[in-house]
Amino acid sequence: MNSVLETSVTDCHPASVPDYTPVVELRDLQLQRLQSVVTRAWRQVKLFHSRMDERGLEPEDIRSLNDIAKLPFTEKSDLRDTYPFGLFASPMKDVVRLHASSGTTGKPIVVAYTQEDVDVWTSVLVRCFAGCGLHRGDIIQIAYGYGLFTGGLGAHYGAEGLGATVVPTSVGHADRQIMLMKDFGVTAMCCTPTYFLHLIERAAELGVAMKELPLRAGVFGAEPWTESMRKHIEDASSIEAFDIYGLSEIIGPGVGCECRVHRGLHIFEDHFYPEIVDPTTGAPLPDGTEGELVLTTLSKQAMPMIRYRTRDITMLLPGRCECGRTLRRIGRIGRRSDDMLIIRGVNIFPSQVESALLQIEGTLPHYQILLTREQELDQMEVQVEVTTQMFNDKIGALQGLHDRLQNALDHVLGIRVRVALVEAFSIERSQGKAKRVIDRRAL
Amino acid sequence: MKIQQLSLFAENKPGHIAAPARLLAQEGVDIRALYLADTQQYGIVRMIVADSLKAAALLEAHGFVVKMTEVLAVEVPDRPGGLADVLGALDGTGINIEYMYAFPYSRGGQAILIFRFADPDAAIARLQTAGINLLASEELLNI
Repeated sequence: MNSVLETSVTDCHPASVPDYTPVVELRDLQLQRLQSVVTRAWRQVKLFHSRMDERGLEPEDIRSLNDIAKLPFTEKSDLRDTYPFGLFASPMKDVVRLHASSGTTGKPIVVAYTQEDVDVWTSVLVRCFAGCGLHRGDIIQIAYGYGLFTGGLGAHYGAEGLGATVVPTSVGHADRQIMLMKDFGVTAMCCTPTYFLHLIERAAELGVAMKELPLRAGVFGAEPWTESMRKHIEDASSIEAFDIYGLSEIIGPGVGCECRVHRGLHIFEDHFYPEIVDPTTGAPLPDGTEGELVLTTLSKQAMPMIRYRTRDITMLLPGRCECGRTLRRIGRIGRRSDDMLIIRGVNIFPSQVESALLQIEGTLPHYQILLTREQELDQMEVQVEVTTQMFNDKIGALQGLHDRLQNALDHVLGIRVRVALVEAFSIERSQGKAKRVIDRRAL
Repeated sequence: MKIQQLSLFAENKPGHIAAPARLLAQEGVDIRALYLADTQQYGIVRMIVADSLKAAALLEAHGFVVKMTEVLAVEVPDRPGGLADVLGALDGTGINIEYMYAFPYSRGGQAILIFRFADPDAAIARLQTAGINLLASEELLNI
């Protein structure tokens, strides 16, 4: 074990040095940072302060890392309820970047970064890429969406920070993605795993031999994927596929990432403190037990998140990774404790569909969300039963209804979905209640 | 002069018109005219039946979404120019046709045009002034 550790440290990318911090030192650093972030949030964020008051807590009550369990949780609904800036701990003049992701209703979830936060974000992504064996000289194509979504810009800064050459293609235009991969000699790809499956399929149609490209690594995230998908990707493209984890509320991509051992994802614990709790009771669970991942940002300035309920179900893997990193690992995430759906890397809640339908009709018609995978791409169809109030015997009027539904859904969800008007009572009801989501995607 | 037309929503899939048709047949409801407007996804079945209230109640009881609309039935000679004459009478009046369909009937060499107008009252006044024959409900059903 020792020899592995020593070679790893001496051979590693300079940015990866914190990955090997001795455990005692790491825990000290975490406690110090936890105390400081709790103090900061207590002083600056009204909601957090009042929740501490309700529990009779003050920042001084955090004396050990175990005391974190005394702190109140933060939920996605807290971000929604304080929209847009209610959880900021920095004045706007210190905020250099805002991102937003879809919330549970029409309004998005807003996240903020100071320059220091952006630097931390970049540094953890550099550590992700370095852990995947990438370095200066690599050509990394970023096919995550650029814009309000944290995926594109997050990965972009990380790849630049690594010293690699970045090809910022953003998502879409598969043929152009493949042409650039080939013509530029791209060595690593960042995108959702299903988008990469789509590229593999499209490359085959275009007669591009993916296996003969210089491409050697893929860093895939923003949606759950499985070992069998990994095998399929690696067999079809001769690359090494890595799972990367993150969420906008915490920082974006780069909360954790696999190393070349591929046994779980290392959490960058010097910045993000992981806990596993019982999703129902919120009680802490020991390592090796499956539960909900709860994360605390230890160094975030603009928007500290204390005990954020991710709703992702996983476990903290016991023991040390063979790579020598002291960072704890989480298992790959396969499911969630809420009804959130991930479509082409975008988070969607069925309640968003409801709010869009309500906007148009005033009443909620029976509807169903049908998820399929066509040519390796997620497709979402919203089937809406045509009620007597909605029905009009002019085609133009029905087409107008269809277009209004389409626009409202596109606006609320932020992705293109299909809308199908279907006959009344055609959606199957079980015990009087319609099943809202039919997921026919095979992972 | 206004005639009750019954419309129902149907998905554009095999068998989706058969079900309501069978239902009307079982109850002895005679369909006098039928027109199907369709898109790739769905269609609208428009029909004029002998007893529209009974037919609507029957279909609704079986879960169909039904709408009653008022249309006009115009009788024209079944010869070239028959339709053009009617439309000519509407020229310059601003009266808008939302949709129409036509069917001939052999006896008497006449054809029937069914119109849905945005403003049926204005259309009735205009067509009658132009001497165009509008059929009453009973007349249409007794053809």
